[in-house]
Amino acid sequence: MYKYVTNKVALGLKRMGLWGRFLVDTGRGAREVSVWVGLTAVQMRRIGVQSLPIALFIAVFTGIVLALLSSYTLTGAVPMYFVGTLVGKAVMVELAPVLTGLALAGRVGANIAAELGTMRVTEQVDALETLAYDPFSFLVVPRVLAATLMFPVVIALAMATGVVSGWFTAINLLDLSTVEFVKGLRLFHEFKDIWYGLVKAMSFGFVIALIGSRNGLTTRGGAEGVGLSTMQAVVLSAQMILVLDAFWAVVLL
Amino acid sequence: MITFEDVHKRFGPKKVLEGFTLEVPDGETTVVIGYSGTGKSVALKHVVGLLKPDSGSVDVDGGTVHKLDRAELMALRSTVGFVFQFAALFDSMTVRENITLGLKRQRVPPREIDERVYESLALVDMDGTEDRYPIELSGGMRKRVGIARAIALRPRYILYDEPTSGLDPVTSAVINQLMVRARERLGVTGLVVTHDMSSAYTVGDRIAMLYNGVIRQVGAVEQIQKTHDPIVRQFIDGRPEAADDADRATTQVVL
Repeated sequence: MYKYVTNKVALGLKRMGLWGRFLVDTGRGAREVSVWVGLTAVQMRRIGVQSLPIALFIAVFTGIVLALLSSYTLTGAVPMYFVGTLVGKAVMVELAPVLTGLALAGRVGANIAAELGTMRVTEQVDALETLAYDPFSFLVVPRVLAATLMFPVVIALAMATGVVSGWFTAINLLDLSTVEFVKGLRLFHEFKDIWYGLVKAMSFGFVIALIGSRNGLTTRGGAEGVGLSTMQAVVLSAQMILVLDAFWAVVLL
Repeated sequence: MITFEDVHKRFGPKKVLEGFTLEVPDGETTVVIGYSGTGKSVALKHVVGLLKPDSGSVDVDGGTVHKLDRAELMALRSTVGFVFQFAALFDSMTVRENITLGLKRQRVPPREIDERVYESLALVDMDGTEDRYPIELSGGMRKRVGIARAIALRPRYILYDEPTSGLDPVTSAVINQLMVRARERLGVTGLVVTHDMSSAYTVGDRIAMLYNGVIRQVGAVEQIQKTHDPIVRQFIDGRPEAADDADRATTQVVL
């Protein structure tokens, strides 16, 4: 039992050390601005712009369901304009960031881990190093930076889409006018609702890209290794999103 | 000059190099032969710092590779071209982008970059493929582009990792010719690892055999061809039955 515990502790410490080393290497890579600056723009398009369809798709249906659920819960208890309040609060503070984050953990995290993992097992990362490039400057920093910058943009649009979709549902399927919906939306609205969601979005982007990059670059073996790293990247990213969600709730709310 | 001095390397319980010692003289091509999985590629990767020895050292032009700081290591890598076993071309980039990547890193002026791309592709008979992607090329063509990417850097050293493995005999012969041509025209020092004896005889000035983690025998091509060492003989003749009589001692013999 004692040996089991000490082995687990040692393994945990070793993993923390490897993560620390990875962060330090990423920081070192960030110093080579001339290498990553152009590549970051490309990644912003791939990670941000190309993620919009899935993010907006999720936001549309989240808005619809939230409006209907609010109506179902509130009918007969509180005024119906609270539908606007619930849709606004829930979408901006929680559902747009977290649901989009979880979806992008799959889309972006898996993409990064699989791409870098394939590059690792086919010696493309070694080739990059022999050409005197630091893989952290060339591969990791552009992806981490792009995800950190673009997740808030994608999630801001998802927030807006979720609210619009909730409003559209409310005026068409519920007995609610635009004036009432907007009244409810503004009732407890604070600017903090928006920036709180965007801070979360930024942290999700950072963590998803970092996990995807590390899992990709530490891939061993062939196709099976790439599959394993990709799967682990998605699972760990999803877990970290939920942990960060709770962390920000404790710290900022 | 590249010098391996008593290099030991293990991966977990598996000992790969156990006192690997070898000198690669300037201006010559040294070929390291040996069975698959004996650590030839591992030895090669130590030269550019992709791997660090557990003990011992690899020196390039007097500098010990694993003791170099980041900037010095990058400077060293700028002087070494590396041709990978499966070419390791960047599959999201065109042939031109693959070749220009290293040149941009060396801050070669844009006008000269175009010239170097054209020259290096011409040297490997791959002119006109600049805008193609690696997926559109055959295995042999990819290896040629890999060589072009290495020589475009005008390196002092070129390291070849199994340059002919997986190729048909004719394509292998073409790759061998290209390696000889690159050395003659550019005067670079070459270190080749291979288990293809035809390639070793064609491109090498000296041949060293890696066996059980150490250099079993090293000498000029003619000397290796006439060797009486049973292990080396067995390998270069490709006679598995000779293994029964072979002396499996790992004494190094320098001819």
